[in-house]
Amino acid sequence: MDFWFSLIQILNGVQYGLLLFLVASGLTLIFGIMGIINLAHGSFYMLGAYLAYWLAAKTGSLTMAVALSLPIAALVGYVIESLLVRTLYRRDHLDQVLLTYGLILIFNESQRMLWGSDVHGVQVPALLDWSIRLNETLSYPVYRLAVSGVCAVLAVGMWVVIQRTRFGMWVRAGASNREMVAALGIDVKLLFGVVFAAGAALAGLSGAIAAPMNSVYPGMGESVLIICFVVVVIGGVGSIKGAFLGALLIGLADTFGKVFVPDFASFTVYAVMAAVLLWKPRGLFA
Amino acid sequence: MTAAMLPAQATRHSTFIEAAGLHTYYGSSHVLHGVDFRVHRGETVALMGRNGMGKSTLLKSILGIVRPRQGRVVVDGIDVTGAETHAIIRRGIAYVPEGRGVFHNLTVAEHLRMAARPGPTGRLDWTYERVLETFPRLAERLDNLGNHLSGGEQQMLSIGRALMTNPELLILDEATEGLAPLIRREIWRVVRAVKETGIASVIVDKNVGVLLDLADRNVILVKGSVVYYGNDLTANSEVLKRHIGV
Repeated sequence: MDFWFSLIQILNGVQYGLLLFLVASGLTLIFGIMGIINLAHGSFYMLGAYLAYWLAAKTGSLTMAVALSLPIAALVGYVIESLLVRTLYRRDHLDQVLLTYGLILIFNESQRMLWGSDVHGVQVPALLDWSIRLNETLSYPVYRLAVSGVCAVLAVGMWVVIQRTRFGMWVRAGASNREMVAALGIDVKLLFGVVFAAGAALAGLSGAIAAPMNSVYPGMGESVLIICFVVVVIGGVGSIKGAFLGALLIGLADTFGKVFVPDFASFTVYAVMAAVLLWKPRGLFA
Repeated sequence: MTAAMLPAQATRHSTFIEAAGLHTYYGSSHVLHGVDFRVHRGETVALMGRNGMGKSTLLKSILGIVRPRQGRVVVDGIDVTGAETHAIIRRGIAYVPEGRGVFHNLTVAEHLRMAARPGPTGRLDWTYERVLETFPRLAERLDNLGNHLSGGEQQMLSIGRALMTNPELLILDEATEGLAPLIRREIWRVVRAVKETGIASVIVDKNVGVLLDLADRNVILVKGSVVYYGNDLTANSEVLKRHIGV
């Protein structure tokens, strides 16, 4: 395996990992802080992808479509949190799983009614539709680099918000003792609503920017949801740092698994998860 | 800021907290039996009684942390019965709970910064710098996480964090429990200093001697009912002996 080929695999793995991080960070925050198991989290990813496909066709601009899908996903997330999820904070996880599984069915049926069951492709925007030539046979698509860049910027932004702002302190404090946060005069319901909406927005954005690389198809939310749960469990539930490392680990494991052991490619991420859990049963940063 | 911008300031009531007829249950067990409780502006109230008599439950019922099944709570002239905890707290109350409520994953500096806000009347007496001056121990530990502090430091942090909200009323539930005598003295020193700035307080503590000396008024709870409300408890050794055991 030569240098350029390895570089391409590493870039792909990192790009996939960063994208997974954006989706998984919302999942881990919502579970770690609000105690909610949100099976419908992957549906926001799907929503973002379909919005990108639909709005790009309507407006003729993927940039515009991505920019619009972000607030739409946030709004849908906020409405779902305040109408439905909010009633489940004091209920046990089974009730949450039932509700959010029901939401998956509603999301999927709505998707089928609105956009049908076909697989759709999304055009890469012209500005980014070219490749960097690496050697005689290999080149790397600029769009993938751009996606990595956007994800990295968002990851840094998220780190700043969570570590450096008062809002971030409230969010972290909420993960430690939410009753005490309320007893300091902070509206925990609103805080949770905003966190849920932000998680939905990040998942939606991920789906939208991933749409031109993967296709847009029914059931895409569930496949990303399962991988994101793997990431969250590896990282340690509720840990952003853990989700980041877990996502990169899974991104690289999946990419290199497909290269080295193609027959067992679908198994590699679970092998990594099993290995991590044998070493640290509660995840890397629990 | 001027008073005209802040209507709340125009109607400052001399009674800051007025709770009437509170009945609170935990499941089927009846904990508070129609408690009336009042705190005047700037007044230090000692809430006394043996373990399990309903002191913490009364505080939590006032703050909406547990929901009384009956009764009314008025804070600074506004009926807050059934309101959410954060809204009641925002009327100018700071709560230092039993167990301190320190966040294990936040640093000392973050505890103070996250809580900072002007009081309900716009007052900003307690700043980050002033809290650190009051608790020099905290200034040495700014970057330590909550769970890396000693019990005494956690207690100072919990009180410092409460003061950062510039409250009209400070509630201290067992603030000196389990602390070394030297640290206790430090806490009482700060409580006295807070009292002198005109902030009202409600104090629950096992240290009856200090409470009798510090409080403007004493309230004794027995089995969820008020059996004593007044300011002549020092002269009432009979009441003290029967209900507190000293």
